[in-house]
Amino acid sequence: MPHDHLSPSGHPYREDNDQPLTYWQTMEIAVRELLVEKGHITAQEVHAQIDAMDARNPAMGAAVVARAWTDPDFKVHLLADGSAACRNMGFDIGPMHLIAMENTDDTHNVVVCTLCSCYPRNLLGLPPDWYKSREYRSRTVREPRKVLAEFGVTLPDHVKIRVHDSTADMRYVVIPQRPVGTDGFTAEQLAALVTRDSMIGVGIAKQSGA
Amino acid sequence: MMVRVKDRWPPGHARTPAYLRGKCGVVERSCGIFKNPEQNAYRLNPDGRELLRVRFTMAEIWGDAAEHPGDILEAEIYEHWLTPLD
Repeated sequence: MPHDHLSPSGHPYREDNDQPLTYWQTMEIAVRELLVEKGHITAQEVHAQIDAMDARNPAMGAAVVARAWTDPDFKVHLLADGSAACRNMGFDIGPMHLIAMENTDDTHNVVVCTLCSCYPRNLLGLPPDWYKSREYRSRTVREPRKVLAEFGVTLPDHVKIRVHDSTADMRYVVIPQRPVGTDGFTAEQLAALVTRDSMIGVGIAKQSGA
Repeated sequence: MMVRVKDRWPPGHARTPAYLRGKCGVVERSCGIFKNPEQNAYRLNPDGRELLRVRFTMAEIWGDAAEHPGDILEAEIYEHWLTPLD
């Protein structure tokens, strides 16, 4: 194997970003500084907004799924109006329009955005890099079974796949199936079994004890 | 309701994926009224348009090349891209 991507210390080498700013980077800085200078916003508000987005992570979605597993009325509400159900749990998801899709014994849901990278960021945080890749976006609508198998999820023929292409204003979260052997688990214990990938639909929830 | 996605190829920003144009499906639900992205993308005081989730079979989309013809795909399509079939 060639080692030209490793530094002498053996660590992966990443080139320094010595290129000049792009047009849009310059534009963003100019607009932000002008807004601050003119007193429309403060630098602290900008940082607070970045912190708020960074604080969103799959644990929020996992809490929603665990609640749906343990509270039948909540699940009905979540399936009928995903946004309202998340807000009722106290999550600030902004203006996001969320649809929850439930996996069952005969249906498996998986989410993709073929046009760009629409993702329920206000619930799950930033999307994984592969979600934005051309491979994932083009192949998930054409050969979802092969894509899922590459993620380690092999579905029997009798399970129907339902692919959701987030083409416009709605965002999607998958409610994975509750693992067997979790009767009596608290919502907190259950939430620990809910992975990010299981809420995109390319994974399943962790098994109890795993 | 059965619908066909219009096989139109207008220039500019549209959120109807190419692979669904000309394909037939069934309306799964209405998502409500949203700003028409074809105007909104250009700050053109957008009209409100109904957004519908349409369900297609993989057989309808990919024909003989479908990986598993009975699997389904759902996408959000604006009303002005749909022709009712029944």
